[in-house]
Amino acid sequence: MSTPQSQASLSALADRWLPKLVLSPTLLISLVFVYGFIAWTGWLSLTESRLLPQMDFAGLIQYQALFENDRWWTAVANLGIFGGLFIGCTLAVGLFLAVLLDQKIRSEGTLRTIYLYPMALSFIVTGTAWKWMLNPDMGLQKVINDWGFPDFTFDWLVDPDKAIYTVVIAGVWQSSGFVMALFLAGLRGIDDSIIKAAQVDGASLPVIYWRIIIPSLRPVFFSVLLILSHIAIKSFDLVMALTGGGPGTASDVPAIFMYQFAFTRGQLGLGAASAMMMLMTIVAVLVPLMYMETRSAKRG
Amino acid sequence: MKRKQLSAALLAATLLPATVFAGEVEVLHWWTSGGEAKSVAELKKMMTAKGDNWKDFAVAGGGGDNAMTALKTRVVSGNPPTAAQIKGPAIQEWGAEGVLANIDAVAKAEGWDKQLPPVVSQVMKYKGQYVAAPVNVHRVNWLWVNPEAFKKAGAKVPASWPEFFDAAEKLKKAGIQPIAHGGQPWQDATLFESVALGVGGPAYYKKAFVQLDQATLAGPTTLKVFETLQKVKGYIDKGAAGRDWNLATAMVINGKAGMQFMGDWAKGEFTAAGKKPGKDFLCVAAPGTAGSFTFNIDSLAMFKQKDAAAQKAQADLAETVMSKNFQEVFNLNKGSIPARLDTPMDKFDDCAKKSKADLTAASKSGGLVPSFAHKMAMPSATEGAMDDVISQFMNSSMSPKTATERLAKAGKVH
Repeated sequence: MSTPQSQASLSALADRWLPKLVLSPTLLISLVFVYGFIAWTGWLSLTESRLLPQMDFAGLIQYQALFENDRWWTAVANLGIFGGLFIGCTLAVGLFLAVLLDQKIRSEGTLRTIYLYPMALSFIVTGTAWKWMLNPDMGLQKVINDWGFPDFTFDWLVDPDKAIYTVVIAGVWQSSGFVMALFLAGLRGIDDSIIKAAQVDGASLPVIYWRIIIPSLRPVFFSVLLILSHIAIKSFDLVMALTGGGPGTASDVPAIFMYQFAFTRGQLGLGAASAMMMLMTIVAVLVPLMYMETRSAKRG
Repeated sequence: MKRKQLSAALLAATLLPATVFAGEVEVLHWWTSGGEAKSVAELKKMMTAKGDNWKDFAVAGGGGDNAMTALKTRVVSGNPPTAAQIKGPAIQEWGAEGVLANIDAVAKAEGWDKQLPPVVSQVMKYKGQYVAAPVNVHRVNWLWVNPEAFKKAGAKVPASWPEFFDAAEKLKKAGIQPIAHGGQPWQDATLFESVALGVGGPAYYKKAFVQLDQATLAGPTTLKVFETLQKVKGYIDKGAAGRDWNLATAMVINGKAGMQFMGDWAKGEFTAAGKKPGKDFLCVAAPGTAGSFTFNIDSLAMFKQKDAAAQKAQADLAETVMSKNFQEVFNLNKGSIPARLDTPMDKFDDCAKKSKADLTAASKSGGLVPSFAHKMAMPSATEGAMDDVISQFMNSSMSPKTATERLAKAGKVH
């Protein structure tokens, strides 16, 4: 019955619809569980929800309460300090390590593993370990004091003005190995002939890196920024394990703020409002970045 | 449309644990550490002896935060447990959601009104009807003292604030850390409320932290409380930030520190270290609070059950929890004292006996007040806002005046 023609049209039909059919469950699931819940959180932030979700529209009162809350602004300021320093330092350290490792040294594999290893730990482990190391009563300060330098002090962890910087230290330690691995992969992907040509022209190694190699790592920079900025904004476990948001509320970040208000203080609406603010921050950072990247990709 | 999807998902979640036995009790709790787990095992034994099936629903961690999240999920999906460990004003918040069961029948038959101090039974009632059963009473306004350290320093165990600062000064001169403290928000709040009760007395405390009276909160007594707290702060070491309460207790146990402000769960740390009350450590009321008692009561709130057998089992549970036998066993393990006043105390240690005597006396004199640091006095949103102010005060150079203004502002958060 089936003519070769109808078979061909059937397979054309399958070609057209099969990929869509295969992808549709994932699409549906992410629509509901990502965008659906984002929309639901957005709606909750416009209600007076307290202990349990409540659906009556209440306008922008939760945002108003949020902006009047001192603690929110502490959290936002801390996110600014932490995000800026964490992204900047991790990028610099990761790139530096990658450039060093790129010098075709022996035992590169071993070194790479050592630098990459912190990424295998969870932020909870990192936070707890650094909490012990930075504790003035039993960590670094005590060790150096016991070595015969009684005047040495390093008590950032218990200093309300400096506690947020200890989070930066632990975060950079955790993530720079991973960033190094990404950069190293990028470095290895650069065409050797360009470098050879530059060498023939008499360029020194630092100049080659500065003028040729690093600029051609642009796509890697983009992925690294994307990953680091979203680690920074959602950072919760690291701060929780390292300082618990303290001393007092000195190293509070928006993620901890959201958790406490939504789940332990019975202010679900306010928590939802702060979650929406975090989402908007990510969108505000990432949308221009992605726009720039797609445009340059089209041009290139 | 989103709501429909949600309710469909929740419906699916409800259908999963559909095999409910007749007469089953499921109790949501976070009593998972050594002594506490033993107490729960005891409750299970008593319930099984009554012929009810026991289904444990323990959610560890986070001081109950995780458990509350689990509970919300279950209640929203229409499948609440028989009972859950909920305390203080949170009982009223859940009552207002209309999900708590009325256990007045059991309470009347057993005469709970006579056995509980009125302040306690009030907490267990929603709109005049019992909805929860208390399991214990913790006293929060204790001061734990290492007598050996005091002897070394030549100091006297303090009963008032001048005596306290005198003792602290002597300890400091002897090279002993006067106060062991953990700088976590709840511990800061625990210290604050003991100071507030000691400086202002129970009448001030109730007006400020139970009725949230603005004039009192912003008034001169609060200012004096913060001034005293600032002085106390001077005797706390810098390493206190983020320290756990049991590590602070350990400092008192091994003589590194002289005193600690902490509730009676600290006693468990002393006895676990093989110390004897009255000899190796002393429990005294926080300075100026001898006639008063800050209480922190754990209770099991009962949730509405559809099934008749489940309702019967729930009544059994309420009866068992308030039985003298259970109250004794549970509290011997937990370190607290029975909520039921007529429970025999002969098996308890001296600190617990003193606690019981003070509870009875304070209940009569009006000195029995709820601990706000332990979620007994005010809505959680208000308490959270106050905790923020107190811990900011403890961890910065904020002046007592500014702190007073901010605390009053926090009292307006509902």
